[in-house]
Amino acid sequence: MGYSLLLLFLVLTACATPATPASPSLPANPEVILATTTSTQDSGLLDVLVPDFEAKTGYRIKVIAVGTGAALAMGQRGDADVLFVHAPAAEMELLASGDAVDRRPVMHNDFIIVGPENDPAGIRGTVKAADAFRKIAQAQDLFLSRGDDSGTHQTELALWKEAGLTPAGAWYQESGQGMGATLKIASEKGAYTLTDRATYLTMRASLDLVLLLEGDETLYNIYHVMVVNPEKHPGVNYEGATAFADYLTSPEVQRVIREYGKDRFGQPLFFPAAGKPEP
Amino acid sequence: MDTFLSGLRHAIWLLVHLDPIVVEVTLRTLQVSGTATLVASFVGILVGTYLAQARFPGRRLLVSLVNTGMGLPPVVVGLFVALMLWRSGPLGQLRLIYTPAAMVIAQAIIATPIVTGVSIAAIQQLDPRLRLQLLGLGASRGQAALLLWWEARRSLLAAAMAGFGGAVSEVGASIMVGGNIAGQTRVLTTATVLETSKGNFDTAMALGILLLFLSFSIMLGATWLQQSGRGDR
Repeated sequence: MGYSLLLLFLVLTACATPATPASPSLPANPEVILATTTSTQDSGLLDVLVPDFEAKTGYRIKVIAVGTGAALAMGQRGDADVLFVHAPAAEMELLASGDAVDRRPVMHNDFIIVGPENDPAGIRGTVKAADAFRKIAQAQDLFLSRGDDSGTHQTELALWKEAGLTPAGAWYQESGQGMGATLKIASEKGAYTLTDRATYLTMRASLDLVLLLEGDETLYNIYHVMVVNPEKHPGVNYEGATAFADYLTSPEVQRVIREYGKDRFGQPLFFPAAGKPEP
Repeated sequence: MDTFLSGLRHAIWLLVHLDPIVVEVTLRTLQVSGTATLVASFVGILVGTYLAQARFPGRRLLVSLVNTGMGLPPVVVGLFVALMLWRSGPLGQLRLIYTPAAMVIAQAIIATPIVTGVSIAAIQQLDPRLRLQLLGLGASRGQAALLLWWEARRSLLAAAMAGFGGAVSEVGASIMVGGNIAGQTRVLTTATVLETSKGNFDTAMALGILLLFLSFSIMLGATWLQQSGRGDR
């Protein structure tokens, strides 16, 4: 209770920052639509960054938190101005098609495999994520997939491919919802699932799930910001989108990202990645 | 059960402290659903009165369509409105997507068939000779309609209340066309969804309780209005 109150208070005070800009020069087109993943919102990071950005620049950010697949589709249709997503392969397709430009790394963390404490498939101690997936499939223990074409779901599908399996059957279930909701369902059902570390840490107090596998390099989770191409989609707010991308990759915000969550979880939820060489 | 109790405590805490964010979300909920109800009542009572009295081929089909519309799935309405209002959609130039106006449109579409359907029943319950008599006494059609509405005022208020209930309780359309943006399009239902997905179940519970309390207060007022002038209390 006390913890939740604190969390609510933090979120509320973050939201309570006046939206009216301090800077005298208002942008000509202040409305910016940001299409992003559920993890950036569910972790609370955007509740800190967006009001700060708005106060500094006078832009108004409309955050649409959906799965990465849906966010990229919004970019492809020109329905968003800036994308903040985590599915590198799908992002490259948008660059290739010319729908998005100016892709920059912002932050990274990692995916982890979580599951019930008693670990019926015995994946604890397994090194490779694909091997753990194979064990779960062999034991036919319940696995909950996002099933929503999100960045996490795409990573999960790549792991099944690496394991040489096509998951199907009563043990493989799809929630079709965001990471927070999926973790809750997995917890209730005693299922395994793949999650980003940030959402898991944010929700851990209300979950009966433990961390069973981490550290495999295939579980690297990197978030990029991309600007929707104004030459292909003339209606987009290119200036506003670029301003937000500049903001996310600025040294100051990178410091905020590095500190975010440390006070509550004892470890950061995300690690700065701007300007670093990509693996 | 723990979550329920702590949610209850949390709701009371939020209410007592008049938390600014909660107040803002609650006011927006009232504003959006209230406006949608006004639009839906205006259209619904007019169309309902017409359908209740007019005789023309295809009337039954239309009434059936209205009755089907009383159960319109909000997500379908949301998808339809979003497809229209997205920048890439036919009405994208209006720049209405992700604004409270878009939510009013979606909620009005959900509430209008409800108001219409109940209005049809309300007007049809009046003695059909009443209208003929009014017209016979020299009332214009407009005057006759006003008098009929006055006669059916309790049922028509029930129609508006049902419409408000449909608008304020839906979440699928609001989240799709509003985007659940903090400080702009976040209402009590969409905030509840967000807090649930964040794992803040007691906050979610508190918001849900506030929504119930809000609906109850409004319905209490409307019911008091509706029942006044009757013998019982």
